[in-house]
Amino acid sequence: MCGIVGLFCKTETHRHELGRLTAVMLREMRDRGPDSAGFASYDAGIPDRTRITVLAEGIEVDWGPVAAALEGVLGAEVTVRAVHDHVVFSTDGDGRSARQWIIDNVAGTTVLSYGSQIELYKAVGDPDLVAERYDLASRTGTHALAHTRMATESAVTTNGSHPFATGADTCLVHNGSLSNHNRLRRFLEGHGESFQTENDSEVAAGYLSWRIRSGDTISQALKGALSDLDGFYTFAIGVADGFAILRDPIACKPAVVAETDDWVAMSSEYRAIARLPGAADAEVWEPEPARIYTWSLAA
Amino acid sequence: MTRVFDLAQVSRRDLNQALHDASDGQSFEVVNPRGTHAVACGITAAIDVVVRGSVGYYCAGMHQWGRVLVEGNASTGLAENIMSGTVRITGNATMSAGATGCGGLVVVGGNAGARCGISMKGVDIVVGGNVGHMSAFMAQAGHLVVCGDAAADLGDSIYEAQIFVRGDVESLGADCVEKEMRPEHIETLSRLLAAAAPVAAEGADPAQFRRYGSARRLYNFTIDDVDALEAERTGAVG
Repeated sequence: MCGIVGLFCKTETHRHELGRLTAVMLREMRDRGPDSAGFASYDAGIPDRTRITVLAEGIEVDWGPVAAALEGVLGAEVTVRAVHDHVVFSTDGDGRSARQWIIDNVAGTTVLSYGSQIELYKAVGDPDLVAERYDLASRTGTHALAHTRMATESAVTTNGSHPFATGADTCLVHNGSLSNHNRLRRFLEGHGESFQTENDSEVAAGYLSWRIRSGDTISQALKGALSDLDGFYTFAIGVADGFAILRDPIACKPAVVAETDDWVAMSSEYRAIARLPGAADAEVWEPEPARIYTWSLAA
Repeated sequence: MTRVFDLAQVSRRDLNQALHDASDGQSFEVVNPRGTHAVACGITAAIDVVVRGSVGYYCAGMHQWGRVLVEGNASTGLAENIMSGTVRITGNATMSAGATGCGGLVVVGGNAGARCGISMKGVDIVVGGNVGHMSAFMAQAGHLVVCGDAAADLGDSIYEAQIFVRGDVESLGADCVEKEMRPEHIETLSRLLAAAAPVAAEGADPAQFRRYGSARRLYNFTIDDVDALEAERTGAVG
């Protein structure tokens, strides 16, 4: 099954409570995915300063020397902040290089995200406890995605949890399964993407990252996804300045969208939206199959 | 007297149990549904239920005799397997509204999503707006009335249900074809449009609709149902 939620604040009104509202939505989707959960949130950040969120589950790492070595590689200062078994590096150096260096050099860790606006947390266990442990409720910002997972085709692990992000400020949550991810993963690896799991959804994230890195807008990238991804999917996607939704042409995985003057919310089920302020007066609809929906902060 | 159930205070099970225990003529109001699943499922008496707000999956599923009105939207499986009575919603429905329904009337004021009326077996469905792809898939009996447009593959593998669409049909599914609107179809459609108002189809003109149904080439009609085929040729049915 799996449950996904996304919240995009069009105006300032709810940005101070982005995390709290996302946690409320996530709680309603617990039944759809009690195995594990994760969330990504976007805030204004500091221009040109990249944050890299890294998972170090079940291992002890002395982060000081890692940060120092990374400084040498990037030629820029690196700070590090621990949040339970996650750490967030912050640097003016190149985020993509930092991601790859950590993947190649810090054994046992997984780079969950990088970008100037995104932070991403995930863990095995009750979605409510995951939200609490990483203090989702206190996060502020413009948009957030979250996911509750009911594993059907692979083990219940943190690395199998969503969201997935492989490129700068680009992440997705996925309900469904892809059938051509192995071939697509090999293709993308040949085009400069690197992957850290065997998960199909990570390949979808990598696909979007590759397209955006190649100059596509999110709409162009998703148009490509419609022809290049084979399988079932309802995606909610976050990029630096926006939010997007895409369902496969058959649309067998549920999705509902609601929009007010202040926010756009999507979820697997309406009950996650029903708790939002102003939901009763929101325009509510089911996103159409194979149709690309985007909202931009620039608009 | 109308009994009010506030789903912010009482459980969905308590509500549904009260509806199951109710006698003909009683009326109920449900407030704060907040997308709860299975609201007003399994009604078997001629009761009135008004739900003030949007509901989740399978609202008014397995419905008999009662009259349910939802002032809001409904998610997957609205009135699934309805046997009789009416289920109306003022807003939009997501997937599989009226699926497998055997009788009664389902009215959607706004749009219905994919697979509306899938495998319908006698229910009448009137949608004020559009329907999604593969609506009336394998529809066996009953009527699907669409006041707006129908998305791709309408009526795929349809049996003997009848479809009426006022707007555009993106494409017809396998073995579904447009058929002549004869006086008896206008009469049927007029009755359905009148029954759906004012939640949907208020003031709709039956003359603006086109009829679609089975070409009867996909399922084997010639061997087992040769008499019916002959009747269709002579215009007695269909």
